[in-house]
Amino acid sequence: MIEWINEILPNVVNKVPELIKSLNQTLYLLGISGSISFVFGSILGIILTVTKKGNIYENKFIYIILDKIINIFRSIPFIILLASLIPLTRAIVGTAIGTKGAILPLIFGTVPFFSRQIESALAELDSGLIEAAQAMGTSSMGIIFRVYLKESIPGIVRATTITFVSLIGLTAMAGAIGGGGLGDFAIRYGHQRNQIDVTYVTVIILLIIVMIVQSLGNIIIKKTTH
Amino acid sequence: MIEIKNVSKTFLSEGKILEAVKDVSLHIKPKEVFGIIGFSGAGKSTLVRCINLLERPSHGSIIVDGQDITSLSPKELHKARKNIGMIFQHFNLMKSRNVFQNIAYPLKGRGQNKNEIKEKVNALLKLVELEDKAKAYPSQLSGGQKQRVAIARALATDPKVLLCDEATSALDPQTTLSILKLLKQVNKQLGITIVIITHEMAVIKEVCNRVAVMENGKIAEEGEVFQVFSSPRQEVTKGFIDTTSVLHKIYDLIETSSPVVQLKPGEKILKLKYLEKKASEALISIISRDFNIDCNIIFGSIEIIGDAPLGGLVIIVSGKSGDIEDAINYLESKNVEVEVLDID
Ligand SMILES: Nc1ncnc2c1ncn2[C@@H]1O[C@H](COP(=O)(O)OP(=O)(O)OP(=O)(O)O)[C@@H](O)[C@H]1O
Ligand SMILES: [Mg+2]
Repeated sequence: MIEWINEILPNVVNKVPELIKSLNQTLYLLGISGSISFVFGSILGIILTVTKKGNIYENKFIYIILDKIINIFRSIPFIILLASLIPLTRAIVGTAIGTKGAILPLIFGTVPFFSRQIESALAELDSGLIEAAQAMGTSSMGIIFRVYLKESIPGIVRATTITFVSLIGLTAMAGAIGGGGLGDFAIRYGHQRNQIDVTYVTVIILLIIVMIVQSLGNIIIKKTTH
Repeated sequence: MIEIKNVSKTFLSEGKILEAVKDVSLHIKPKEVFGIIGFSGAGKSTLVRCINLLERPSHGSIIVDGQDITSLSPKELHKARKNIGMIFQHFNLMKSRNVFQNIAYPLKGRGQNKNEIKEKVNALLKLVELEDKAKAYPSQLSGGQKQRVAIARALATDPKVLLCDEATSALDPQTTLSILKLLKQVNKQLGITIVIITHEMAVIKEVCNRVAVMENGKIAEEGEVFQVFSSPRQEVTKGFIDTTSVLHKIYDLIETSSPVVQLKPGEKILKLKYLEKKASEALISIISRDFNIDCNIIFGSIEIIGDAPLGGLVIIVSGKSGDIEDAINYLESKNVEVEVLDID
């Protein structure tokens, strides 16, 4: 068995500790940038929704500004975003390299996408429910939390899963500029030293993470859809 | 209970000004069931949505239970709305909440503890006869059951007023009747003032005490249901009556020279309409006995509105023309509108 593993994964076996370290870095990046993006993306998605024409906090000005900013950020390729954010990252985080330096670009790369996803999840809500809630004396804040968010849980979970999968991709890409993690690992060994088994193992690990996230998402969606 | 004073509502959509409600004044009395009927686009929904300020009137004021709701702060308005329940055509239940949670929704944040809420919801479930559905989700209910849940939810905060915007329009006739029965019961048992919006005559006839007929944003006429429908003054109202009565079909039959209306010499076709709350007198027997004429009832349409019959008959009479004349005079003296139909 061990021999067989040695044979098909000659380069991975002697890098197990480093592989685990890379995996941890990836999970760290996903955890930190994922949760911060979740919070900011949700807030922006909600603001987009409620300031839209005819909605509870209708505000043309805020909506248009936010809409434009999000569109601009969404159209910038991530690799360019990574480079152009270096000064800002340095100012905020203190360093623009390493795992820590990758967090801010990841957030900037994820939040616009996620807020659009949230916006479209919330847009699916039947406007009749908002009316009914208003008729029952629910305040506008109450409508956000008790109607929009509560009633859209399956949609929000779906948006989160999709965004998380794309965040995994970005995380791997951030490795390219020294952000650490599995992407970094794969590029350094698999690509630059042509150790193909390293690439495959990394891909498999990433696929497993994606699958876990997706199944988890599907379970929650199933549980919350009635 | 509800005082609508010179209310107008203008919409501005795509640069066009649309006056959906034009200077409407209505007084809806406590504990009555008030109907507003009108064809699509008449402005009924807009008017009723002004009552709880889902739509803010462009002009005029609305006083509900002694409170001018157009002058309230947002906070006061939220509170005032708990006194005005509303149900909708498409029920608008929260899909992620089960029946119990839907009914409990408006009770949150009112200082009631769990047990009090549970007691209240269970009482409401009993009222709408859905005790066994407390744990079901809206997607598992029929339309009629959904509307019952919506009614229970609207009643949870013990409102004095219940607004119903086309509450039965998505339901089949039988379910409609059961919902209307429930509304009647709610009105009698809890003394809640009910405003019903509909485009169906049958709904008005079934539950309402008074009715307003709406057309083009204005009230065309209003009054006691029997009064309005027995002697309609406006074309719209007549139009609605024709939707349920078959009496007007006689004109088609005459036009197409149907065998039903082929008369022998000395026969006449009469269309009779009851204008007063009494069809109980044996009018047909009386005219055929006392005036010596034969009456052949071709068809009739008589319904009970409130407690009185409304409608009429189409009959063929035969006899001496002087006797027929006398019979017609007699009927008219009994407040029956008689129309002698010409056949050529
Ligand atoms: N929010 C709105 N913006 C613009 N126009 C509106 C709005 N709401 C209603 N209207 C218009 O006002 C008029 C009256 O509409 P309303 O919904 O009150 O009619 P209705 O009598 O309830 O008709 P229905 O029986 O079809 O429900 C219609 O011409 C409608 O297009
Ligand atoms: Mg309507």
